Formats: sequence, structure tokens, C-alpha cells
Amino acid sequence: MIMRLKIIFMRYKAFVILAMINALMLIFVPETGVQAIRITGRNTLEMLAIIPPIFILLGLLDVWVKRETMVKYMGEGSGKRGMLLGFMMGSVAAGPLYAAFPVAGLLLAKGAKFSNVLIMIGAWSTTKIPLLLFEASALGVEFMVIRLVLNLLGIALIAVFTEKVLSKKEIAGIYGMAQKQVS
Amino acid sequence: MTEILYIMAISALVLSQIKSRERTRMALIKAWKSFENIMPQFLAILVLIGIMLAILTPEQISRMFGQDSGVLGLFFAAMIGSVTLIPGFVAFPLAAALLENGAGYMQIAAFISTLMMVGIVTMPLEITFFGKKATLIRNSAAFVFSLLVAVVMGVLL
Repeated sequence: MIMRLKIIFMRYKAFVILAMINALMLIFVPETGVQAIRITGRNTLEMLAIIPPIFILLGLLDVWVKRETMVKYMGEGSGKRGMLLGFMMGSVAAGPLYAAFPVAGLLLAKGAKFSNVLIMIGAWSTTKIPLLLFEASALGVEFMVIRLVLNLLGIALIAVFTEKVLSKKEIAGIYGMAQKQVS
Repeated sequence: MTEILYIMAISALVLSQIKSRERTRMALIKAWKSFENIMPQFLAILVLIGIMLAILTPEQISRMFGQDSGVLGLFFAAMIGSVTLIPGFVAFPLAAALLENGAGYMQIAAFISTLMMVGIVTMPLEITFFGKKATLIRNSAAFVFSLLVAVVMGVLL
């Protein structure tokens, strides 16, 4: 029992420490402390709204999509189709970038090519369609279009660069980690 | 967009349930497990963002990257974009307000671009999936790229 509690505490250590800092803020700088809790609450609600469908789709993907299928469409040798699929997956997604990492993990575990997964991450971070509309209305169409074009280049560049810099062994290690996350 | 995700998830779930109840049950268990798996980091990130944004107010941000803040302002903007995590629908109006208050296009572009692509606070989470090295490379490449984007946009706009 004590062991289990200890394990749970170790997992949530960072959260507990930050929560205590926030509690101290409530005592010493009450206004900022309250504001911090308010922002955390708002972000938590926003996240809770987005998380269920993403993780349900993840679970279904895990159960129904065979490894061979993923390798065929997004794996080594999937070429432009794999890149396009990665790009589309990221662009239709919703939610902050950190929600994309579990998706990336599963794609890797199923055998998607590393650079295609990085393209998905890049698209998720910068080319989400509803956000683009919003950006155009807030900052102007010109701003949005120039940034979009530059970032499309950037997504590809960063994906290729990251894959090139890592050695075969390091990439194999990442696949191993992804495998462990899933099982 | 969230609605579309829900529609997709629910339709997929119904389809799956028709095809196989057993597999659907497995899928839901896996969904819960992968969520539970990253819950500690998620919670920590949320509290950290709350504290940071409470300390760093929009007024302070705009003071740091005004029009004549130049290269220093550019770096400030890129740095603030990297460490903060503001949802898009908050960030864009904030950026528009900053522009109105005299921030430069270059600095705003750096801020928006790093905000979207670089995530310092979410690094621990990224590391659990990509490992340390890949995470560092991706984030630094995105940081450098954001600076390039900012300079190009500063020249063009």
C-alpha cells in the first residue's frame, strides 16, 4: 500500500510541487495566485473538451489499424502519400501541440516513418485550418498567408533536418520507446 | 473544429461497436490507459502555464517588444513565444492588440511562430515520446526557423 502511494507520488511529483508553489502564491501574492488558478482552470476545461475524442480515435486506431497497413501508407517508402497523410492528420486536428505527442507515439509504434510523424507534428503546430481563419481575421490575410507559406517550408525542413541529424540507432531507440508506451 | 473531432470519434466508435464489441472495449481501455499515462505531465504543464501567464501580463509583454526594440526585441519575442503556451484564439487577438500598441511585425511574427512550434514547458512530455535528443533538435530547429520567418516577414510587411 505504502509502496503504491509512493509510486503514485513519484509520478505526480512535478504536479504536487507546482501546486504547492501556486498555494504559496495565494498566501504571499494573492492576486497573482488567484489569477494563476483561474488560467489553469480555463486551460484545463479547454483541454478536457478536446481530449476525449482524440484519445478515443487513438484507441480505435490502435485496435483496428494493422501494423502492415500503417507501414504501407506512412512507413518507409510511402513517399509523397505518407507525407501528405501526415500533413493532413496534423491539419485537421484540434487542440494544443502537446496533445499531438501521444498521437505521434502511436504512429511510431505502428511503424510510420519518423519524418512523416514529424510532418504531422509540424502541421499540428502551425497549419490547423480553423486557426488560420482566425489568424487572418485578427492579423490580416497578408500576415496569415506569408506565415503559412513560410511555415509549410519550415515543416518539411525541420522534419528532414531532425531525421538527418539523428543516427539510425537513435531513431531505433525512439521506435523502441514508442513500442513500450503502447503495450 | 472540436465538434468535427467529436463527430469523427463517435461515428468511428459506433462503426467499431457494430463490427466487434470486444475490440471496441479494448480500444476504449487503450484510450483510457494512454490518457492516464500522460496525466502527470499534463497536470504539471497546466499548473505551470497558469503560474507563468499570471506573472507575465500582456502589458509587460508589449513593453518588451515595441517597434524600436530591434534585434533584442526580436529575441525577447521569440523567447517569450517559446516558453509560453497560449491557445491560438487568445494569442491572435493578443498579437493584434500588441501591434496596435506599437509592437513591430517582425517581433510579433517571431512571437506567433515560436508560440506555435517551440514548447519549452512541454518538453518533458515530448521527451517521453521522442527522447531527449530528437526533442532538443526539433525545438532548436523550430526556434531558428521562427527567427528566419520573423525577419522575412519584417521585411515584407
